[in-house]
Amino acid sequence: MLRFIIRRLLITIPTIFVVITLTWGLIRLAPGNFYTAERSIPKAIRENIKEKYGLNKPWYVQYGKAMWPIVRHLDFGNSLKYQGQPVSNIIARSLPVSATIGLLAYLLALILGITFGSIAALKQNSAWDYASMAVAMLGISIPNFVVGPLLVMVFSLSLYWLPPARWGGFWSKSLILPVLTLSGLYMAYIARLTRAGMLEVLRSDYIRTARSKGLRERDVVIRHALRAGLMPVVSFTGPALAFLLTGTVVVERIFALPGLGNYFIQASLNRDEPLIIGIVAFIAITLLLMNLLVDIAYAYLDPRIRY
Amino acid sequence: MSNNNGTLLEVKNLRTYFETEDGTVKAVDGVSFALQRGETLGIVGESGSGKSVTNLSIIRLVPNPPGRIAGGEIVFAGQDLLQLTEEEVRQIRGRRISMIFQDPMTSLNPFMKISRQLMEMTRLHLGHNKAQAYEHAVKMLEMVGIPDARARVEDYPHEFSGGMRQRVMIAMALSCEPELLIADEPTTALDVTIQAQILELIKKLKQRTGTSVILITHDLGVVAGMTDHVVVMYAGKVFERAPTRELFALPGNPYTRGLLRSVPDPTAEQGKLYQIPGLPPDVAHLKPGCPFAPRCDRVAEICRQEFPPFVQLNAEHYSLCHFAAEVYRESQKESSTSL
Amino acid sequence: MKEEPPDFISRQEPRDLIHVPPEFAVAEGAVRVLDEDEYVAGSSLWKDARRRLLKNKLAVFGLIVVVLITFISLLGPPIIKAATGFTYDSIPRDVTLIKSIPPFRSADGSFSWAHPMGTDNSGRDLLARVLLGGRISLMVGIISTLVSLIIGVGYGAVAGYLGGRVDNWMMRLVDVLYSLPYIILVIVLLAVFRSSTAVGQLVLLFIALGSVSWLTMARIVRGQVLSLKNQEFVVAARATGVSTTRIIFRHVVPNTLGPVIVYATLTIPQVMLSEAFLSFLGFGVQPPLASWGSLAAEGIQNIAIFPWQLIFPGVTMALTLFSLNFLGDGLRDALDPQMRT
Repeated sequence: MLRFIIRRLLITIPTIFVVITLTWGLIRLAPGNFYTAERSIPKAIRENIKEKYGLNKPWYVQYGKAMWPIVRHLDFGNSLKYQGQPVSNIIARSLPVSATIGLLAYLLALILGITFGSIAALKQNSAWDYASMAVAMLGISIPNFVVGPLLVMVFSLSLYWLPPARWGGFWSKSLILPVLTLSGLYMAYIARLTRAGMLEVLRSDYIRTARSKGLRERDVVIRHALRAGLMPVVSFTGPALAFLLTGTVVVERIFALPGLGNYFIQASLNRDEPLIIGIVAFIAITLLLMNLLVDIAYAYLDPRIRY
Repeated sequence: MSNNNGTLLEVKNLRTYFETEDGTVKAVDGVSFALQRGETLGIVGESGSGKSVTNLSIIRLVPNPPGRIAGGEIVFAGQDLLQLTEEEVRQIRGRRISMIFQDPMTSLNPFMKISRQLMEMTRLHLGHNKAQAYEHAVKMLEMVGIPDARARVEDYPHEFSGGMRQRVMIAMALSCEPELLIADEPTTALDVTIQAQILELIKKLKQRTGTSVILITHDLGVVAGMTDHVVVMYAGKVFERAPTRELFALPGNPYTRGLLRSVPDPTAEQGKLYQIPGLPPDVAHLKPGCPFAPRCDRVAEICRQEFPPFVQLNAEHYSLCHFAAEVYRESQKESSTSL
Repeated sequence: MKEEPPDFISRQEPRDLIHVPPEFAVAEGAVRVLDEDEYVAGSSLWKDARRRLLKNKLAVFGLIVVVLITFISLLGPPIIKAATGFTYDSIPRDVTLIKSIPPFRSADGSFSWAHPMGTDNSGRDLLARVLLGGRISLMVGIISTLVSLIIGVGYGAVAGYLGGRVDNWMMRLVDVLYSLPYIILVIVLLAVFRSSTAVGQLVLLFIALGSVSWLTMARIVRGQVLSLKNQEFVVAARATGVSTTRIIFRHVVPNTLGPVIVYATLTIPQVMLSEAFLSFLGFGVQPPLASWGSLAAEGIQNIAIFPWQLIFPGVTMALTLFSLNFLGDGLRDALDPQMRT
């Protein structure tokens, strides 16, 4: 197990390096740069800028200059747009917002998704089953940028129950609508996965054995079926975190929240190179670590898997 | 077939149907047999003959939908199981009737330690506390011959070999000392050498505990050494029912004769192994007449027209065939010449 | 390492496809024995799949809606132009009309057939714009799926057929790519390469979306090919000296068609959703062109006063995705009953 974790971490480091290089390459390959974006600047000044920031050096020198502080101290430098602010500060400031919304949304999705998925599987082909699965399909089909505004229309603009936008702190009503908006899609996926997983398990031989032992149906489901039935949900959690990151981008946009996603969009539009690279690297690291955690959890939950 | 004290289980005219896209599949259609206390009954048939469904019906575990028990009686120790509530049947399952299934690889929960799977039984039915249940589990594992049982009880199923897993299944099934053990092809998925060990184990434990056994198999060889009575099933029907010795010596049905001929005989000179021609019928689309008619070597016109009668050949011997008496006489003749 | 993706990549014997649903496997005796001629699985597999698909009401509903929306998107704009003269980018000359008009209303508030979905802030007919959005969204979905299909099938087939070390490395790469935040990279790509023309940005979108959505396809095809390559007909082709390329693309790939079709059908709505998401953020389709995503993005700005600007494109899009997903699910159940998720 320990060897597996170490090996995985060793693969992670070059992967992140590749991601950073890819991002850097994309930014540099594209015509223009931060200083020329959105402005027409006389040629002489442009040359001066190039001179000052080393943009006329050969590409490998520029690459080395960009990568060295990152490799050396994990230092992503200062933002070009928000002058004098280190990238790490911006991330540290905006991450809690995104993480709070994302994790709450995933938690909600887990609770409701597993509940509805299990009910659908246990009452297969009943009205419950059809209703849950139709709602789940709606959840997968309606983009969250449509769901969000619709929720705002109902709960904020018509009923005046909840604030329509803006960040109101970590424990405030302003979290409710963003979390609901974000969790819909995951709830739908988890419900479908749970149903499929449970149906497969409920057909298996060992569930027949459990029934033949005279266990109550409730115990058959909770003790024997649920664990195996939820394994697909565990595997889904890895990619889900990736989706979640993109999901928060939209939700932060709709509700005007100062999260990581919003900074990332701004940085991409501004060509704020250090900030882009910093955020991309941070997201990549988080994702890879989360995937590793999911694999470890999987091995822990399924006694047959040993790495 | 009287309702005396010795009868543990009596299945009367059981019918279990499945609703499928192709219409109603009569997996079990009018099956009757009885089992005396302390006896072993063999149920023999090819796959698809309805033998497993019969036994799932006995403990009411036929998956529903698509399956349902359409009629009949299952009288176990004087009460009709089909009349009981789900809760009442549940208290019989595992406690008074337990089952062993074909594939020990998939029949144990791979996510649970053996100890928990065993303890579950006695805690539920015998009211054991944790410590009692644990000791009982170890004792059961020792009884079925698992070496170093006290250590192995903490293992997961995948850490056991196939034969050992089937021993665990047997230990689990017998842990509440049931009156009836149903073994559904308990050795089919195992290596030949292991098969003999498992059968020997079932036989030994049966003698020790006095449990009655229903042994389901497609292998006549298994039936011969283990059972007192045999029921031969085909296409959801009982084709022949007799004491084991009689069935082997004097089969009264062409299908049974075919099965017996297809058992390899080591004393016979080398030659072609007999095989019943054709495939078992599609039980969803049975034609009128005898379901075995297309494969039967002594088929006559009447076999394709009319469903055969269930003929009583002697006190305990029945056969479903238009020519049961003739077949029986032929068998008598053959056995007297071979003597 | 990582667990193989679940069993839907493993191929069943063609015969199994004809059997009654898997829940019957428990009940011995319920599985009906095939007639002789049904063993010839080739054509009856498709016939059987069609029968099963047509029995699935939701899938048929999905199919009808998808076909309808495609036709309306294609034929609608010229009809509107002929009937009323509106196109997706015609801004009214009369300045009093440059405002958002509610559905079935004229500028003074009286009933009118002119704009069944109302108009946007510049007074452009919303119906014409939603139909254009439909064309673009469907086009992005189909073309990007095709791109992913070509890359994924090629990659997966080569990896699966060659096997061994090559396969190992190729799939290791897919694993690594899987763990990347690809949509984030797509955003960077679209942002920094931002094309000056709307059509240029659209092409960029095809490439970006197609090149990130082939990974699952590659995995599915590889799994199929792995199990196919040792079957008799492939061995026979190899024995008679057919070249590797030809074996892969003429003998093996056509036999992976079922799962590929199913997965491609399910990829289309995913790609459309990604497109909408990118357009919503302003990285996708650029004005004067419009997609459902970009229309919704415009609509959200005015949600409090002109809700129809969001509702019409949003609902149309949701309906389309809903139908595509049901169609994909139905196809999966029909083509491969074992593959249900």
